[in-house]
Amino acid sequence: MSWVTKTLNSTLGKKLLMALTGLFLILFLVVHLAGNLQLLLPDEGESFNIYAQTMANNPIIRVVSIGNFAFILIHVIWSILLTRANKKARPVNYAVSKAGTNSTWASRNMGILGTVILLFLIIHLRGFWYEFKFGEIPTAVYDGVTYKNVFLIIAEAYSNIAYVAVYVVAMAFLAFHLSHGFASAFQTLGLNHVKYSPLIQKVGIGFAIIVPALFALIPIVMYIQSL
Amino acid sequence: MNLTLKIWRQKNKSDKGGFKDYKVSDVSKDMSFLEMLDVLNEQLSEKGEDPVHFDHDCREGICGMCSLYINGKPHGPLQTTTCQLHMRSFNDGETITIEPWRATAFPVMKDLVVDRSSFDRIMQAGGYVSVNTGGVPDANEIPIPKRIADEAFDAATCIGCGACVAACKNASAMLFTSAKISQLALLPQGQVERKERAERMIAQMDAEGFGACTNTGACSIECPKGISLTNIARMNREYFSAVVSSENV
Repeated sequence: MSWVTKTLNSTLGKKLLMALTGLFLILFLVVHLAGNLQLLLPDEGESFNIYAQTMANNPIIRVVSIGNFAFILIHVIWSILLTRANKKARPVNYAVSKAGTNSTWASRNMGILGTVILLFLIIHLRGFWYEFKFGEIPTAVYDGVTYKNVFLIIAEAYSNIAYVAVYVVAMAFLAFHLSHGFASAFQTLGLNHVKYSPLIQKVGIGFAIIVPALFALIPIVMYIQSL
Repeated sequence: MNLTLKIWRQKNKSDKGGFKDYKVSDVSKDMSFLEMLDVLNEQLSEKGEDPVHFDHDCREGICGMCSLYINGKPHGPLQTTTCQLHMRSFNDGETITIEPWRATAFPVMKDLVVDRSSFDRIMQAGGYVSVNTGGVPDANEIPIPKRIADEAFDAATCIGCGACVAACKNASAMLFTSAKISQLALLPQGQVERKERAERMIAQMDAEGFGACTNTGACSIECPKGISLTNIARMNREYFSAVVSSENV
């Protein structure tokens, strides 16, 4: 084994991959949210449709999006590797455990939270990304240019209360995942400092509340608009 | 005080083991937890039964030999060692569950005794400094800022009891290993083996079968010496900078 594979196979190397991919996905959430908030503009989806198509045609964004899928896969696969090793490290569990007195629930259940988020991602990608790429989509014409009217697909989906509920609940899981994951990634990278760590903790909690809340707001508002 | 004790009994390493209930009466609130177990063991010896085996040595909270997972927490309800835990922390009539540390790297030898020699092997892998023989060096010959000396000392207060491993949901030894790496990495005397130390101690930690860190912080909360999580961040920095810059291909 070379020093690179040896390092990436160590527990710290595996955690490094989790932290780096996690931080990239956090960055992705910000970009994704900024784009999605255009769904709430009162223009029948014009700015969103133009934005979606421009993003899809941009070669840089396409490379980043392949990277994004790769990072999601790495984040998932390495979490499974780590979880398996961690379970092996304690084959016999305690009969009585008061873990709630020394750590947060989210920090102890990142795997469960992540699994629910992954299930949501599959539903989410099937519903919108797959439809946008391969589905039959109505078109809209703005300034003489034809665009895929993906806004219509989204608006239709969000007129279904069950679909909206799935999104809102999934965002609650994402919030808990981020409430631990954000600051934890910095700690894993060794970025712990008496000046900055308290700030990172606060920003992490703020991020975990605001970003999923705004994501959840979109289907809620669009459902109300559909009534 | 009268108490019911639910204690893990296991004949040897290969035995499956299980819980057994015991009653102890007339326990004084001023007894330490280990003295209470001594009382139980006297009763068992008088009856000709095998006493409950548990680790202990100094009974002053400094040797790191005592362990026990008491009522769901390592070293019991207080942030101290089991030998410094007193029966006033419990209520009359209470049922107390006593388990051994649970980790693949800490196999149960008998009852509540676990083998913590995996910690020794991590230390042997790199937890030392090169010191020349010869005359006694002058005091304060090497200037070390007070703040650095204090930080190194804080890390060095780790007594290696293993409560961090016991508390961690992954049975990870990161807090222990990071404290031992930190106490030497911070000081001038520790610079000679600095990179080699980080690489070798972490490789040994992995080889022993300890889990990874999820940064839950449980280890630090339960540590009787209050070893801080900043040590784990420092260990990560030490390790990552060692692997990219050392000549160990």
